Amino acid sequence: MNESKIALKDVEMRFGDVIALHSTNLQIAPGQTTVLIGPSGCGKSTILRLIIGLLTPTAGTVEFEGESVSQANILALRRRMGYVIQDGGLFPHLTAAQNVTLMARHLQPALQETEIQSKLDELCELTRFPKDGLARYAVELSGGQRQRVSLMRALALDPDVLLLDEPLGALDPMVRASLQTELKEIFNRLGKTVLLVTHDMAEAGYIGDSIVLMREGHVLQQGTLDDLRERPSDDFVSEFITAQRSLVQL
Amino acid sequence: MKKQQESTGKRENISRLTFHVSRITFYALSVLLLICALPSADAQRISVGSKRFTESYVLGEIAKKLLEDAGYRVEHKQGMGGTIIVWDALKNGDIAMYPDYTGTIQETILKSASPMTAGEMRSALAEHGIGMAGELGFNNTYALAMRRTDADSRKIHKISDLRNHSDIKVGFTHEFLDRKDGWEPLSHHYGLQFKPRGMEHALAYVALNNSEIDLMDAYSTDAKLVEYDLTVLEDDLQFFPKYHAVFLYRLDTDQAAIDAIRRLEGKIDEGRMTLLNAEAERTKDFAAGASLYFSEVGHSAVEVASESFLSKLARWTGRHLMLVGISMVIAILVSIPLGIRASRPGLLSQIIIGVPGIMQTVPSLALLALLVPVPMLGISPTTAIVALFLYSLLPIVRNTATGLQNIPTPLRESAAALGLEPSAQLTKVYLPMASRTILAGIKTSAIINVGTATLAALIGAGGLGEPIISGLALNDAEVILQGAIPAALLAILVQVCFDALDRLLIPRGLRLEEASAGE
Repeated sequence: MNESKIALKDVEMRFGDVIALHSTNLQIAPGQTTVLIGPSGCGKSTILRLIIGLLTPTAGTVEFEGESVSQANILALRRRMGYVIQDGGLFPHLTAAQNVTLMARHLQPALQETEIQSKLDELCELTRFPKDGLARYAVELSGGQRQRVSLMRALALDPDVLLLDEPLGALDPMVRASLQTELKEIFNRLGKTVLLVTHDMAEAGYIGDSIVLMREGHVLQQGTLDDLRERPSDDFVSEFITAQRSLVQL
Repeated sequence: MKKQQESTGKRENISRLTFHVSRITFYALSVLLLICALPSADAQRISVGSKRFTESYVLGEIAKKLLEDAGYRVEHKQGMGGTIIVWDALKNGDIAMYPDYTGTIQETILKSASPMTAGEMRSALAEHGIGMAGELGFNNTYALAMRRTDADSRKIHKISDLRNHSDIKVGFTHEFLDRKDGWEPLSHHYGLQFKPRGMEHALAYVALNNSEIDLMDAYSTDAKLVEYDLTVLEDDLQFFPKYHAVFLYRLDTDQAAIDAIRRLEGKIDEGRMTLLNAEAERTKDFAAGASLYFSEVGHSAVEVASESFLSKLARWTGRHLMLVGISMVIAILVSIPLGIRASRPGLLSQIIIGVPGIMQTVPSLALLALLVPVPMLGISPTTAIVALFLYSLLPIVRNTATGLQNIPTPLRESAAALGLEPSAQLTKVYLPMASRTILAGIKTSAIINVGTATLAALIGAGGLGEPIISGLALNDAEVILQGAIPAALLAILVQVCFDALDRLLIPRGLRLEEASAGE
């Protein structure tokens, strides 16, 4: 058995002449929160998009539980992963509740309303989303509430894996801080494999069990915050950590 | 009555569906019922055609009455167009008979340069499966007409007198300009050098009366010759062939129907025909001209029934809605899949958008004329529907493609990342999100369609264009407005209905989004 939940094996991603991700090997441990961090354009979002099949690698393979991700199994695999993006990606023509239950209703048209309702109640409680907001449309929700709905949607099918691409990136600092706490609680409570992309070192250190630091399409170092702080693999790692920490200390 | 019950039943069956679906479906179904009903004519049904001028309409009405007396159910396809269109309709079997003139038959239909006897014409026509009845008794030849006072002051009484007057302004019908016995050979025959303008026959009378032109082509039995006090120039070099009125009929027509029409032979001389034409133009009712014939002849005590305005309006509007309804339903069913395909990049998409775009640039009248000779089409509502369908494609195809292309990439990716199959991404996310743009395209198409459908009357397909064309023939603004005003109201109604439909079909979230974007 393969120990990692998700693995990138010699994965390379090119867009024409531009290399977004140089040949990369990466193991994502099951049941842990792994944070991908690095400056803009370092390839961290690309890794998420490769895993969920929005991009097809130009070389190498992405494996999910040891199985190679391909066109043949991507639909089934996507249904075992939840994906949250910066603005939430909520469909504007659907209410919050409809966004959350879209897939469940699609896969099980005969699903009872009571079952759907109890699932919604459960998710609202988990994400602390007010139930009276379920009938609202994306445009009627605040940024933080949109992210809660997006997370509810990602969790609706009870996936093994959560992929979050800068989920708090567009929120103001107060909301962001409280959501960081909530996210950490939720991840701990659910025990799912979580892969989160951020550019905020404090967020990464607070939420992540493991941190992957990237730069210009390369993975520089993978480890805990202490590993990165105490045993940086090169100068950029210490610079990146120091720069972010000094900002936090201001 | 039966059809009404069927339609009502259909309406009830679909009452659970939303308003828009039931409405569209209802139109489509009733329209299909209508279409199915049309060809299922029994043996007693017969169609009479006429060309687009008063005398032809009146003769058509007289024939209709005679055939009804003989026990037929008669449809008079009024004012179908010029000679070629009506002749094609006769050959195709769209109509069983129509009135024409020996000169036209020889020149335009049989394309003979030399004069033919009646016997020669009959055997030539028989090759097309067409028969010719005997002459009605009048010669409605082409004539050149001028204001009497103008002709007197210039001392012009014969066509050859025109040679000395190069300052005369000339307006001719397009048909006369193009005919083998029309302007060109006439000008050679007489050595005339004018630059004529092409115009509608009825409008030319007004132009002549207002001195905007001084010379026009006319028919020798035109009621307006008397009305406007015009003089006909003598054809002193015998250029114009004889135009004796006759009925042409398909040889496979019932003998009883042919016999009924032949009762007109020798019954109408120039004086009587001019009177009948004048009566039709005075009352603005072609049936009244026909009635006058029967009351004068004492042939039948029964008046030719004049249809009430409301019943005519209902008939025109019903047909108009049928043409618009069918062509729109087909256009929507075809355009949306094409638009979906065209939303992807590539050469094929450019072709899908480009071809209907080119179609849009063809003038509608030209498109109709191009479609008439196509097998299976001809002079029929089908031709009009095909033309309207072609015109309706572009706005829907283009808007569907644009609406889909404008969906932001993060939302597309979110739909894919959920694990929706491509077809479900389309139906559950993309199409609802593009619904506003798609509906706007359908609305544009429908409004253009309502306007363009007035041209269907040019090929005998009926609709609100019928009074517009009759009005042109009669030179009567009131009659033109009987079609133009309802057509305009219909276009406004379509607009209002679609605005209401927007509220039903466009998801509330999208409307809120637009409202907040506007703030």
